[in-house]
Order: sequence, then structure tokens, then C-alpha cells
Amino acid sequence: MTIDYHAILPVLILSGTIVIVLVTDLFLSPRHRSASMWVAFAGVLATLVAVLSLIGKGDRPGSFGGSYQVDAFTIVFQTFFMSAAAVVLLISYRYFREGGFYQGEYYFLLLTSFLGCLLMPASRDLLMLFLSLELVSAPGFLMAAFRKSDVKGNEGGLKFFLIGVLSTAVMLYGMSLIYGLTGHLQLAAVSAGLQQLSGAKETLANAAILFVVVGFAFKISAVPFQFWAPDTYEGSPVPVAAFLGVASSAAGFAGLLQLMFVAFVHEYAFWVPMFVALSLVTMTLGNLVALQQRQVVRLLAYSGIAQTGYILLPFALVSADPSINHSAFQAAVTYILIYGIMNLGAFAVTTAISSRHPLLQIQDFAGLAKRAPLLAMAMTVFMVSLAGVPPTGGFWAKLLIFQAGIQRGGVGVLLAVAMVINSVISVGYYFLIPRAMIFEDAEDQTPFRSPILVTAVVAVAMVALLVIFIVPNAIYRLGEVTSLGSGG
Amino acid sequence: MTWQNSAITITTLLPIVGALGVLLVPRGDDRLVKGIGIAITGVCLALAIAIAATYDYSATCATPPCLQFVLNVQWIPVIGARYHVGIDGISMPLYVLTFLLGFLCAVYTGRYVPEPGRIKAFVALTLLLITGMAGTFVAFDLILFFVFWELVLVPMYFLIGVWGSANRQYASIKFFLYTLLGSVFMLLGFLALYFSGPVDALGKHTFDLTALTAFGAGGGYTHLFQLVVFGAIALGFAVKVPMWPFHTWLPDAHTEAPTIGSVLLAGVMLKMGTYGFVRIALPVLPQGAVAYAPWIGGLAAIAIVYAALACLAQKDLKRLIAFSSVGHMGFVMLGIATLTTIGIQAAIFGMVAHGVITGMLFFCVGSIYDRYHTRQIADIGGGMAEIMPKLSGIFAFVAIASLGLPGLAGFWGEVMALLGAFSPNTSTVAGLNVGLFRAFMIAGGIGTILTAGYFLWMLQRVNMGLAPERWRDHGLRDILTVEWVSWVPLLVLILVLGLIPSIVLNSTEQGVNLIVKIFGG
Repeated sequence: MTIDYHAILPVLILSGTIVIVLVTDLFLSPRHRSASMWVAFAGVLATLVAVLSLIGKGDRPGSFGGSYQVDAFTIVFQTFFMSAAAVVLLISYRYFREGGFYQGEYYFLLLTSFLGCLLMPASRDLLMLFLSLELVSAPGFLMAAFRKSDVKGNEGGLKFFLIGVLSTAVMLYGMSLIYGLTGHLQLAAVSAGLQQLSGAKETLANAAILFVVVGFAFKISAVPFQFWAPDTYEGSPVPVAAFLGVASSAAGFAGLLQLMFVAFVHEYAFWVPMFVALSLVTMTLGNLVALQQRQVVRLLAYSGIAQTGYILLPFALVSADPSINHSAFQAAVTYILIYGIMNLGAFAVTTAISSRHPLLQIQDFAGLAKRAPLLAMAMTVFMVSLAGVPPTGGFWAKLLIFQAGIQRGGVGVLLAVAMVINSVISVGYYFLIPRAMIFEDAEDQTPFRSPILVTAVVAVAMVALLVIFIVPNAIYRLGEVTSLGSGG
Repeated sequence: MTWQNSAITITTLLPIVGALGVLLVPRGDDRLVKGIGIAITGVCLALAIAIAATYDYSATCATPPCLQFVLNVQWIPVIGARYHVGIDGISMPLYVLTFLLGFLCAVYTGRYVPEPGRIKAFVALTLLLITGMAGTFVAFDLILFFVFWELVLVPMYFLIGVWGSANRQYASIKFFLYTLLGSVFMLLGFLALYFSGPVDALGKHTFDLTALTAFGAGGGYTHLFQLVVFGAIALGFAVKVPMWPFHTWLPDAHTEAPTIGSVLLAGVMLKMGTYGFVRIALPVLPQGAVAYAPWIGGLAAIAIVYAALACLAQKDLKRLIAFSSVGHMGFVMLGIATLTTIGIQAAIFGMVAHGVITGMLFFCVGSIYDRYHTRQIADIGGGMAEIMPKLSGIFAFVAIASLGLPGLAGFWGEVMALLGAFSPNTSTVAGLNVGLFRAFMIAGGIGTILTAGYFLWMLQRVNMGLAPERWRDHGLRDILTVEWVSWVPLLVLILVLGLIPSIVLNSTEQGVNLIVKIFGG
């Protein structure tokens, strides 16, 4: 077996960093434990450089018998995940240093989760997909319960753990059936093998697909498998909620994209109706419940559920026409990338606010436009962008999904109509925060100084969304190149 | 880079540059902020006038739109959207009007900054708004058009929500949700036009309005497709106009908005909707337009009468003016629905006239409120002519222009629309019922009488009579210099457009003829 060391260099670097973080923590005095963040940060940056060094070197199918492959899809997502890791680290710094948490352990767990994220887009067989997904989730259970003395933290962590284990079991059962039926683990071979099946075996294969989809539906918090998310997000430290909302869910989608657009693509007639229902129910329910929320992290959690519904929409467009599948794939990838930026930004602002207002009610944002103009302006941009309204990048993300829907015709048009109505509904809650920040006055008028690292992250995310609005082509290109040979 | 291909881009995007500049001004330097606002909008107005002056009005084309000052470059190749801007005779008056009102509002802001101040944000948002509105009139790629179209939402939301009067939060979100709901369906309609539209040699679709117009005018879209998509697109435009029964956001938004917000809303933003009908819905989907024309005409007739009756019932001066907009835009839509040259000419003239007159009316109401600190007609209690003769004189002049007195700007749009409704385009369009449109005309005629009624009654209650004791020694100041400066251009235009309507009509004639020709005329 040959191993392409350059291709797996990012994984090696990040694994090394994880070990170093864990060990250095032992030798740091309690006062200096926060230095772990900088070690982790340096490792993430080195990993990012290693990922970027793979650009333009062509596809690298070589490692571990094709289980780990590097192509445009891998590079785009690995870059995304490492950027997200850098952001989560930066917004964690003050939060964990001042919150009295175990810092070395946290950074170790966080990086381990991100290692799973890093593996996910490169995984091209069922086993690797499963391992990556578990690597993302397992440390997540611990991180979600990191606020040990908080009842809500314990409740959220426990729920996340139980649901996570259950979904894993269901998914693994489905995967084992597929292996049994086709005799293959590699996605391309599974795809070919599934086409050979007929009769009872085909029915069984469909059942297996159902199990796998249900497993992933838990991970990405699609309705009706979403109920853990708001409690878990609310109970988690805010930076962990950011990780769960952005990286963990994007990792789920990175896996799901490969399964549905490569391994199971020929069975679309069976699973597309399922995704139509999932997408419709998830976006609608997420939005309607979000309207009722007055706690910002819960609001972001339900908004995340609604957004999951939007990202599921392109899956429901898959058909026999490769050009439509390509558009749908591109729309999903682009949406995930842009959504990641705006959602991370929103969580970063929330992290900053949480130091002064730990309850994080919408009312706590009142008057922020006067107390911290930059934060307020950035948060406004994030909310407008999440609602998908110009002048922000979120608009282009939605446009691509609408476009794919109209191109698909038929059910695609209905889904697009449902999504535009949902987008309008979502304004009802996304605008609650800008309204509080800008239209209302705070009881506490003192200027609010947010940590410099958080401010920097927020500013970068805001500028990125505005730049994407003016020149969307760059990010559209990223979506376009990651074709994965979609359509089989 | 020549004047021809860069003028539109520079003029349209300059306000954004100004907005960024304003944000960089150090805290507390209000004079500089106001100065930047006035300077930028002034330069834009000068550029817009220069474009109008160097435009070749004698050039002819075979198909609409007949563009000059074109810049057409790649923008988002992945989805086939291009940065395609240009201008024709139809866009010209609206484009210039946008910058004229923008400049006058900036001048007005030099003296009047609504509560709660925050001048930097106020000026920056106004500048952003101006770019959005102006861009809508010169964008000839549907995606670009939509981006400019939506660009106005966020600034206007904040202008109403932060600087508005008592009920501002409700009004701002209502405005936002209504217009967003309409425009997202419009976006889906645009995407449908794209995918069912023409394909180039490489198999690529296009959002280019010139290509789509040629394709649609040539009968490229099926009848059923036209019915469905016209409905989707018209919904977006109809909310913006606003056509009855989609108008309910307007009285709230106009009433609660700060003065310059109302001026720009009424003066320009409503025209984006009617312009959309003339520019996109009619030429690209002619069969859809024919099918919907009686319905549009009917809603327009209802709007005219309904708005006039609503105005008679208003107690709030600003709300009254806001409702009058619904009626005036009804005349514009009635003109469009006739699908005749005279009707569409009337519509565009009506847009410009309404922009000038109602913009001016909102300035007046803003200043009246500034003096009395109330907008309730009963609280003002009459006698304004006695206390502030100049302000009341101007208010009367503009109100009379608005009710359509011959010789002033408001007259031509209404009378030509009624003439168009008397003989709708039945010579070349099958399916338009003359009797029906004549009924609309009669409704419109009744509307003009009611309009005269409510405006005159309003003047009677505000201007005439003896001033109540409480206002007499209140030191209410008549018109200030800054008001003269920002109003005189509009007052002159009201007179000039009334006496020489051909200024606008000559500019728009060729473009309108080309559109009507699509219907076989």
C-alpha cells in the first residue's frame, strides 16, 4: 500500500499539534494555561498552509487504497474547516481563560473534533466517513457539557451524547447492510454495486439508505431529529456552540454530499421524496419556532435548523440530469461556505456579549449601536446576511439554491417558493437583534469593549460578507470546482 | 475608459464611495459629514445632467431598449450575470430625478437632522439608498437590477426605524417584510425567464435584459409560462408601486419616515415598481401583459377612488399625503394598462410629476411639523396663511399642482392616462374590452374630482381661517433659507413641466413607441 505523504500532511500536522497541546498543558502553571490556545492556533495555521500547498497539484487519489483522496472538494472543505478552527480558537481564548475552565483539555478536544472535520471531505469510503463523523462528535459530547456546574450544560451534553450514540448506531447498521449487499465500502464501488441490485435486495438497500440518512439527519439537526440542538447549544459554552453550529454541521453535510451525490445517486428516485419532506419541514419548523425565541443562542440554534432545511433543498433536486445535479451540488457547497462565515460571525459577537450578559437575552443587545458600534454594525451585517438580503453575501448563497430549484422545474419550483416564503419569515426574527441594538436604548449605557481577538474575527467576517456581495464569482468558483463527478 | 462607457457607473456608484467616506469622518465633525453629503450628491446631480445633455436623443433603434452610455462587462460568469448598465430615454428623466431629489434632500439635511441625530449613519444610509434607486433605472441585467432593487430595502428600513416618528418600529418592519415578500417572487420570476429564455452558441442562458426583451417580444415564451411568470414578477412590482390592495405598507412607512425618507420614498422608490412594469414586465412578457391588463386597470381604478376616499377621512396631514400617492400611482398604472403610446407616456410623465410634486409636498409637511410639532390637522387648526404666508402659499401651490390643475405638472399625467383609457390599444391587441376601460376612465374621472375635493378641503382646514390663539405668539418662523434652496428647483420644475411637458415626453417617446410596437402597434 502506497501512502502519499504530501496528501496527508495536513492530517499529520494537526495530529501532532493535538499531542503537543495535551502534553504542554501538563507543564504550564495554572496562570499560563491559556497559552495552549496559541500552540493550537499555530498548529491550525500550519495545517492550513499544508492544505493550501496542495492546490494546483492535481487530484491525489493515492492514499490507503483510495480511502483518503485529495481533490478540489477536499481542499475547499479542509480550508473552510481550518479557517473555522482558527476562528473558534480565537473566540475561545478570553472565554475559557476567564471562565475558569480546563483549558488544555478543551483545546485538545476541540482540535480532535476538527481533525474529524479535516478527514471528512477526504474520506471516500463508508468506514472512513463513519470514523471521521465520530471523531467530530465524540469530543463534542464532552465540550458541550464543559460548563460542569451548570444544569443546562449537563442536560445539553447528555442529550447530545444519547442522541449522538443512537444516531451512530442507526447509521452504522445501515452502512453494514450496504456492505453486506454490495461487498464494497468505497463510495464509487458502492454506487456501482447498488445498481446491480434488484427485488428484495433493492428494498433492503433502500432501507439501508434510509438508516444512513436518518443517522446524518441527527448530526445536521434536521427535523424531526433536531430537538437536541437548541438545548445543547444553549447549555454549551458559546464558542462550543459556534463549533457545533458551523463546523460540526458542515462536516455532516460534507459527508452527506458524498453519500447522496456519489454513492447513492442512482437510487435518487427512492430518497429524493424523503429529502423534499426533510427540507420543507426543517426550514418551516425551524423558522416558525425561531420566531418565538428570545434567547440569542437558542435563536441561532433554531435559525441553524432552518438553514439546514435550505441546505437540504439541493439534495431534493437530484435527478437523472447531471447538469441539474451539478447545479444542486454547487448550490449546497456554496451555501455551506457562506453560511459558515455569517454564522461564525454571529456566534463571535454573541461570545463577546456573553462576558457582560451571560444570559444572552435579545434585550441584552439593546443599545449596542452606541456602546460598541463596530460589533453592532457587524452583527447587523450577519443578521441581514442570514436573512439573505443584499447588500450581503447571504443573498448570493440563497440565489444559487433558488436557481437550482427553478432549473430543476416541477418540485424544484415548489421548494424554491417554500424557501422564499421562509426567507421572508426569517426576517421576523433575524431583525429582532439589529432592532434591539439600533432602535432601542440600553439601561447600561457604558461603552462595551469586546476582546481584541473577537473584534478582529468579527471585522474580518463582516468585510468578507460585504466583499462576497460585490464579487460573488470567487466563492461561486469554489462551489463550481468541487464537482465530485456529481451525477455519477 | 471613455465618458460614454464610464459615466453611468461613476454617477451611480459615487454615493457608495461617499458613504464609506462619511463613515471615516471622526466622531463629532457633523459639518464635514453634511458637507460630504451635499458635495457627493451635488456632483452626482451634475454628472446626471451632463449625461442627459450629452445623450443623443435622435438615435434610433429597431427594438427596445435603445441604450446609450453602455458598459457591459463580465461580473459573475458562473451564473451568467453581467454588469450591464446603460440608459435610454425612458430611464433618463427618472435617473435625473433621483439625483435631483437626492441632492435636495442632502441640502435639507444640512439644516434638519431628525431625532436622534447620528448624522454619520443618516447621511451614509441616504447615500446608499440613492445608489440603489438610481442603479435600478440603469441596470440591464436582471440580477444586477435585482441587486440594486433590494439595495434600497436595508437603508430605508433603518431610516424609518431609527429616525422615524412614534410608530416607527412597526412601520419599518412592515415596509421591509412587504417589499421583500413581493420581490422574492419577482426573483423567482427572473430565474424562470433565464432558464426558459434564449441560449447562446455555447448553450449558456442569459440574464441580459436586451436579449430577453428581444426573445420575449418575438414570442419566445409560451402563453402559459407568460401568465405564471408575469404574475410572479408583477407581484414584486405591484407591492412597490403600491397597487391596491398591496398598498397597506405605504401609509405607515410614509407617515413614520423622517422627511427626507418620505421624499425619497414617494419621489423615487415608488417609481421603481412602475418602471419595472414598463421596462421588464411589458416588453418581455407581452402576452402576459395583455392578459393582466384589464386586472391592472381595474385595480388602478379602485386605487384612484379608494385613495381619494381614504384621504377625505384622514386626520393626519402626512398620512393624507401618503394616501394621495396611492391614487396618483393608480393613474400611472391605469396608463400602463392601456398598452397605448399615450397611456405609457402618461405613466412615465406621471411618475416624474408625482416625484416632483409629492416630494415637495412631503418637504412642506416636514416643515409644517417642524413648526407646529404636530401633524394633526385639527391641532394645527387653520390660519397658516396668517402666521406663515410664504409657507402656506407654497403648500397651496403644490397641493393644487397635485390635484391636477392644468398648467402645472400634475395635469398631464392624469389627463393623458384618462385619454389612454378612453381608447385602449384594441387596434393591435385582441382581448382589451373598450367598455371596461371606459368604465375605468369614468372611475378615474370621479377620482380626480374627489382628489380636488380632499386637497381643497385640506387647504381650507390648514391654510384658511383664523389662526388659533395658541399659535399666534409662538414665534413660528416662515420659510428658512435652506428650505428655499432645496425647494425652489422643485417649484420651478412643477411649473416648467406643466407648461412644457415635452421636456419629458420627447425623451421617452421613442422608447415608449418601441415597447408599444411589441404589441403590434
